[in-house]
Amino acid sequence: MENTVKQIVEKYNSNRNRLMDMLIDIQEGEGYISRDAIATLSQLLDMSQADVEQTLSFYHFFSTKPRGKYAVYLNNSPVAYMFGREAIKEAFEKSAGVRFGEVSSDGKIGLFDTACIGMNDQEPAAIINNMVFTRLTPYRVRELVKMMKEDKPIEELRKESFGDGKNYLPSLRSMVSSNIRRKGMILSDDYHFGTVLREKLPTLSPEGVIGEIKHSAIRGRGGAGFPTGLKWEFCRRAKGDKHYVVCNADEGEPGTFKDRVILTEKPELVFEGMALAGYAIGGEEGILYIRYEYRYMKDYLEEVLHKMRKEGLLGTNISGIEGFNFDIRIQFGAGAYVCGEESALLESLEGKRGEPRDKPPFPVEKGYLGYPTIINNVETFATAVRIVQNGGEWFTQFGTDDSTGTKILSISGDCMFPGVYEVNWGFNVEDMLDMVGAYDVQAVQVGGPSGTLIGPDEFHRTLGYSDLSTGGSMIIFGQQRNLLRDVVVNFMEFFIDESCGSCSTCRNMTQVMNNKLKKILAGKGVPNDLKDLQEWGRVLNASRCGLGQTAANPIISSLKNFRHLYETLLQKDKDFDEGFDLEKSVQASCSYVGRVPVFNHH
Amino acid sequence: MSKPVVATTSLAGCFGCHMSLLDIDERILTLIELVEFNKSPVDDIKTFTKAVDIGLIEGGVCNSENVEVLKSFRKNCKILVSVGECAIMGGLPALRNGIPVEECLHEAYIGGPTVQLNKDGIMPNDDELPMLLDKVYPCHEIVKIDYFLPGCPPRADLIWDALVALVTGDPMKLPYEVVKFD
Amino acid sequence: MSNLIKFKIDGKECMAEAGKYIVDAAADNGIYIPTLCNMKGVKPKGACRICSVRINGRLMTSCTTPVTDGMEIESNSADIQDLRKSIIELLFVSGNHFCPACEKSGNCELQALAYRYQMMVPRYPYEFPTKPVDASSPRIIKDQNRCIFCKRCIKTIKDENGRSYFVFRNRGHKLEVVLDEEMGKTIDSATAHLAMENCPVGSILVKEKGFDTPIGKRKFDKEPIGSDIKL
Repeated sequence: MENTVKQIVEKYNSNRNRLMDMLIDIQEGEGYISRDAIATLSQLLDMSQADVEQTLSFYHFFSTKPRGKYAVYLNNSPVAYMFGREAIKEAFEKSAGVRFGEVSSDGKIGLFDTACIGMNDQEPAAIINNMVFTRLTPYRVRELVKMMKEDKPIEELRKESFGDGKNYLPSLRSMVSSNIRRKGMILSDDYHFGTVLREKLPTLSPEGVIGEIKHSAIRGRGGAGFPTGLKWEFCRRAKGDKHYVVCNADEGEPGTFKDRVILTEKPELVFEGMALAGYAIGGEEGILYIRYEYRYMKDYLEEVLHKMRKEGLLGTNISGIEGFNFDIRIQFGAGAYVCGEESALLESLEGKRGEPRDKPPFPVEKGYLGYPTIINNVETFATAVRIVQNGGEWFTQFGTDDSTGTKILSISGDCMFPGVYEVNWGFNVEDMLDMVGAYDVQAVQVGGPSGTLIGPDEFHRTLGYSDLSTGGSMIIFGQQRNLLRDVVVNFMEFFIDESCGSCSTCRNMTQVMNNKLKKILAGKGVPNDLKDLQEWGRVLNASRCGLGQTAANPIISSLKNFRHLYETLLQKDKDFDEGFDLEKSVQASCSYVGRVPVFNHH
Repeated sequence: MSKPVVATTSLAGCFGCHMSLLDIDERILTLIELVEFNKSPVDDIKTFTKAVDIGLIEGGVCNSENVEVLKSFRKNCKILVSVGECAIMGGLPALRNGIPVEECLHEAYIGGPTVQLNKDGIMPNDDELPMLLDKVYPCHEIVKIDYFLPGCPPRADLIWDALVALVTGDPMKLPYEVVKFD
Repeated sequence: MSNLIKFKIDGKECMAEAGKYIVDAAADNGIYIPTLCNMKGVKPKGACRICSVRINGRLMTSCTTPVTDGMEIESNSADIQDLRKSIIELLFVSGNHFCPACEKSGNCELQALAYRYQMMVPRYPYEFPTKPVDASSPRIIKDQNRCIFCKRCIKTIKDENGRSYFVFRNRGHKLEVVLDEEMGKTIDSATAHLAMENCPVGSILVKEKGFDTPIGKRKFDKEPIGSDIKL
C-alpha cells in the first residue's frame, strides 16, 4: 500500500496541486482511500492527515471506506424517477441483497445514490466502475447483479449494443447514446478539424482573433452569459508570467448533457477552440476540467489529444506560427456540482475543496495558481472555432440581437424524442415542445434546478439572455407529474447535498426552506408559510456564488408560477401550524416505557 | 374600567423566570395596582376563572401536559408572551434534543450513576403521568406566541417594562443591558 | 497615506487608502459594518455574509471587496439590516446555541450581534441538529454544536510548518470543522488558548477553563459589539 501511494505521488511530482489526481488513482486502485493511504499521502506531501481528508471528504466519489468490488452509482434525478428508478432501485437491492448506501457483506457490490450523471435522455442510468449503463430495466439489473456475483470483468457486463455516433469507437465502447436530433454550426459535419488553426491563424493576430469574437457578440454558453470576447481581452491584458485556458466540462446542472455529446462527437472542435483561445490570450497551457461521471471518456479524449499532437495541432510552433505553443491536459473532478462554478473549479484544479473564491479578483486577473485564466464552457470553445472560421459578422446572422448564434439544448423528460438539439437563439418554448413531440405538458424546467419552472402561460417566451436564459437544460413534465413532491423537493435536496457549505446562507437556508416545503406537503401548511418562503429565499441572494444565489429557485420559481399547487395543500381553517404532531412526538417514549398513548385529557 | 388580567405558568422550566418577576422588588406593589392575577403560581389559582389579557409562559414544552397547559393558555389569553430562553428555544432542558428519548429514559431510570433503588429497572408508565415528547419544543412551535422576552432569566427590568408596555399600550424601551440570553 | 480615494457609505462622504477592504475603510471613517468570520490582518473569506453591502445594485461582502474611487456603498438600509439579522437568526437555528450553558456567553460575537440586532426570537424553526463533541485532545474541546464555520481557526491556528490544526470536513449541510487527531494530541497551551480566543463562538474551548469572568464584566455585557468604531 505504502509503495503504491509513493508511486502515485511520484507520478505527479509530489505536487500538492495534483492531489485530486492522486486521490482518484488511489480510489480507483483500491476501491477506497484507506487511513493508511491518507497517512502516507500526508507524510509525502507534508500535509496534516486532516488536511488530506479536507479535500477528500468534499467529493462524492472519494471514500474512506470500501465501496465494493463493483460500485453502483444510480442516478437520482427526477427524470430517472419518471422512467422507473424506484423499480430499478428495488431490483438492485433485492438481487444484490444490500440496501442503497451500503456494501454487501462479501464486499462485492456497493449501491449508492448519485446526482444527475448527464444521461437524462436515457434514464434510468447508473455508473458501475466508471462504465455507464443506460436505459436500465429490472430484468437487466438482475442480469447485471448475477454477473457481478460471478465476478465477471466489467467489460463482460456490457452486453448490449453500443450507443450511436462515435460511442462504438474502440476507445469508447460505450452504451451511451448521443441522440443528436438537430444540427447547427457546432454539431454539423461540414467543418474539417484544424482548418482554423492551420489556415486562419497565420493570417490573424491574437488581437484579431479577439476582435472577431467580440464582433460576434457571443456570450458564455455555460449559463451565466458573460461576453466571451471581453473575457479573452481582459485576460490577454492581465499581467502574469503565464496565462491559462480552462475548459469547463463539469456539466453538473441536472438535465444537462450536451457537453457530453459535444465531447463525444466533436472533441477536436473543443480542443481546437482551446488552442485558439490560447493563441488569443497568450497562453500555452490548457486544461479540460471534466466531471468524474464522464470518466468513461478518458481514453478516448486522451487519444484525440494524442492524435492532434501528432498532426501538429497541439505542441510547439503550431501551424508554423513562431511561438504559438499550446497543449492540453485533462483533469477529472470527483463528484461536486459546485465545481462547475468557475472559481470553485480552479480550487479543485489546485487539488483543494471546491469552494468558490471571493470576487474580485476575477479569474481573468488571478486564476489557476494565481495566473490570469479564462474559463469557458465546452460549447463556447467549439463555437469560437466557427466564429473565427467565418468571421464575427457571419455569426451575428444567427439568433437574436442580444443572443447571437446557436444554442445546444439538452431536452429530456416527458417527450417523444429526448436528446440534443442545436437551435438558433430566439426559439420559443412552444416550438421547442412541438419539435421534440411533447404533448399535454404541465411545466418545463428551463436551465435546470437553478433556472426557472414555467407553465403553459409562459410557453410563448423565447430562449435568450434577455428572456429565458439557459445553459441548455430543458426538462419537460407532463400533466401526470406531481411537481412539488417529485421535482421541487428533489431539486432542493440536490442543492442541500451539493452546497460547498462555505456561506452561512446556502449551507442553512436551503435546509430551512425545504423543511417548510415538506411541512406543507405533509398537510400542515398555513397561508403564512408561502409568504415566509418567498421572503426567506431572498437571503440566498447574499451568497458568494451562483449556486448559492439560485439554490432556492426550485421553490421560488414554482411558488411564483405554480402557486395554486401550494395553495391547494394549505389548511383552510387554520392560520397557525408549525407542524407539531403530538401523537407522533410521544410515540418513541411511550413505546420505550411500555404504555399506550392516551389523548383524551380534554 | 376593570384591571387587565394576567396569568402565568411554568412548563419545562425551573421557575427562575418567575423568581425574576418577583425581582422587580417594591414595584410589585404597583403591579398589583395595575393588574389582576388569574391562573398563576403567584396566587395559586389552578384553573382559568375568567378571560385573561396577558399570559406569561416560562419553560419549553417537554411533555403532553405542557402541550395541554400551553394550549389552554392560548385559548384563554388574548396575548401570550414567551418568557425566558426555555420558552423561546427549549433552554437547558433542550440539551437532550440531540439524544434519543429512549437513551434519556434509560439514563434517568436504569443506567445513570445515581440510580440505585430501581433494581428491577421499572419504567414510569402510569397513564396518569404526562407522556414525554421526542424533544423539547419552543412554545412558538406549538401555539402562536405574540411576544418574546429573552434571558436566563430575563432581567426583572425587562419583564417589568414589557408588562407596563403591554398594559399601558406605550412602546417598549429596550436598553442594551436588559436584552441578554443568559 | 498618499493614495487617498473618495467613496460614499449611505451617502456619507468617506476617504480611505485605495485597495483597503470596505469594512476597514468604513471603520476608518467611523462607520461600523458588522462582521463575524472576519479577523483583522487575516485573509478574508466572506463566509458568514453578515457584512454584505449593496454596490451598484449587487450584494457584496465588505470584508473581501476593496474600496475603489467613487464607490457608492449602501449599508444601513432597512433591507440590508434585515438581511444581517436573518443571517444571525439562521446561524442560531442551524446549530445548538444554548447561551445560558455556554462558556463563551458574554464574550461571544454571534450572541453580541444578536444583541445588537435585538433578536428576540429567530424567525426560523429551530433545527436542533445532532452533533458530536470531540474531547479527544488533552487540551481542547471541539463542540460541533456551536460551530458557525467562520474558518478563523482554520486560517490562524497553525504549527511551525504551516500545517493547520483545524480543517473542514464534508460539505454543505454536513460540513464540520475538525481538529486533526494527531496534531490535537500535541497542541501546546498557548496555541490552544489562541484557538479559543480566535473562535468567535464557544466551539473551541480549552479544557478546565470557562466561566472565569463574572457576568457584568464580560466583553459585550455593557456595550454593543462595534462600539469601539466611532470617530
